[in-house]
Amino acid sequence: MASDFLTVAGLTKTYGTTTVVKGVDFSFAKGEFISLLGPSGCGKTTILRMIAGFETPTAGSIKVDGQDITTLKPNQRQLGMVFQAYALFPNLNVGDNIGFGLKIAGVPAEERRARVADMLKLIGLPGYESRYPYEMSGGQQQRVALARAIAPRPRMLLLDEPLSALDAKIRVSLREEIRAIQRELGITTVFVTHDQEEALSISDRIVVMNAGNIEQLGAPHEIYNQPATRFVATFVGHLNNIDAIVTDPAARTVTIGGQPVTVANLPANAVPNAHMVLTVRPEVLAVGAHPASDVTLTGTVADVSFLGSVIRIRVALGENLISLDTFNDQRSAPPLRGEPITISLTSKDLLVLAN
Amino acid sequence: MKQNRFWPWLVFSLGAAYFIVPLVATFEFSLRMRRGYYSFDSYASVFSDPTFQATFSYSVVIGIFAVIAGILIVVPAVYFVRLRLPKLRPFMEFLTLLPLIIPAIILVYGYIRLYNSSSIIPFTGSALGTDVLLIFAYVALALPYTYRAVDTGMRTIDIQTLTEAAQIAGANSAQIIGQIILPNILVAVLSGAFLTFAIVIGEFTIASLLNRPAFGPYLQNIGANRAYEPAALAIISFILTWGAMGMINVLGRFAPRTSARTD
Repeated sequence: MASDFLTVAGLTKTYGTTTVVKGVDFSFAKGEFISLLGPSGCGKTTILRMIAGFETPTAGSIKVDGQDITTLKPNQRQLGMVFQAYALFPNLNVGDNIGFGLKIAGVPAEERRARVADMLKLIGLPGYESRYPYEMSGGQQQRVALARAIAPRPRMLLLDEPLSALDAKIRVSLREEIRAIQRELGITTVFVTHDQEEALSISDRIVVMNAGNIEQLGAPHEIYNQPATRFVATFVGHLNNIDAIVTDPAARTVTIGGQPVTVANLPANAVPNAHMVLTVRPEVLAVGAHPASDVTLTGTVADVSFLGSVIRIRVALGENLISLDTFNDQRSAPPLRGEPITISLTSKDLLVLAN
Repeated sequence: MKQNRFWPWLVFSLGAAYFIVPLVATFEFSLRMRRGYYSFDSYASVFSDPTFQATFSYSVVIGIFAVIAGILIVVPAVYFVRLRLPKLRPFMEFLTLLPLIIPAIILVYGYIRLYNSSSIIPFTGSALGTDVLLIFAYVALALPYTYRAVDTGMRTIDIQTLTEAAQIAGANSAQIIGQIILPNILVAVLSGAFLTFAIVIGEFTIASLLNRPAFGPYLQNIGANRAYEPAALAIISFILTWGAMGMINVLGRFAPRTSARTD
């Protein structure tokens, strides 16, 4: 699959003396679902708005399907967009909202009506043509906004945090619907979100952003399992930071709370007795010793949080306090605070991250 | 605890009496045209006067054109200031208050000096030109009210997101203002329109000095020469103004409803 349907090169945006997007480059294939993920102020929305044409780049270019759209007006780009605040036209009913882009494009009334009916069927709201936005729930309004965006058959769909204003339950069901519709239509989609769970669950690839730069670009499992930087590791999912002291760089051994551990990917330039920070995901740690795990550590239970299907245990290992996630086994009670505990892991799961 | 409402009611009654007593007295006087009886003779006399019909019709037509011109000027101006030049808002606030500060007599003398028959733009050289000048004078006179009504209307909707949603769907600026912004602030625009209309119907200074056959100068002329008809005309004018104000209240019920929901 050629990865050049959407190409962004050297994209930069500066407001006064502040550069919010710093020479960003990426390209994606037709039909991909891409998420721009990052905290507030990382530049993800600014990139989306530059793709849409609402902001003019200070430098760089944006190409869609080989056409340079950098200087085109938003109404000349043939893109569809869904906004965080729904942005349905309050004076128009659902049918007219969905048919708005078609009417502007001069599509005859008969064809427009048929396309609106098709769209309503696609979003699971058949027969809602004559309702007004204020008569619908937030989830229904956002589905209508999605139908309005895709009705004119745009070249690409832009989603600007479309789920942020919704309740948690609706958010999960709607994101699955969005993904299903996107797959059905095969439309290239750029989705902006600050919610890592959302991005991980529905994207083909994720662009993790921080302070105007791309930290990492990859498939969800790559982003989660092989974070390229400390920022990605801490922003995407929960991460334990463990202070360790290098004992023998040649044998790749360190001590954690006085207990020897072998670190498979210890940097070659590590110095004996140097302090370093290792990271590990809570879910790769297991309670008790296991034959498949080559590292076993003992500590004390500092705290236990019951999260429903998962129990998070905080374990004190010397000065370190690390979290461990284990499934809630209904046949046995969770450990108690202050109890001694043995935990195990595979040494390759201990990561040494670049800053 | 039951509150003593005597004093609030007393203040309200005194305030209401201040407005109502002269009005009731005027109405009572307007009914006394026939000696010894109450009758609507003064109203019949006013309505049968061909000058009343001509001047009233003239003012209504001028008022309608002033409303249309005002909407065409104010709506795009407020829209672009809010959307693209928000820093200009304090300047616009000041500018649109000027008609309240500068007396109409000064405004009309300025117009006559600028647009007289020997000027480059001789608006006052013809009756039609003077009518056009009168319409724009009324647009300026109503600017403090129309600007604020439209500005308040635009504050109630998220014009930036609605504009962007329409733009990305392919609409140009004219289509966005005509099909999305204007219908969503229609109630506010009509409020401004009724205020403009109420001002135009009774305006005297500009119409008189531009020598146009408007309702304001007619009211003044009748007031100077008749006894009972001016009282009847005052009541009619009040009813027209109240009607316009009442329409603003009625229209307020049709304002677009918010659709912000999280469920």
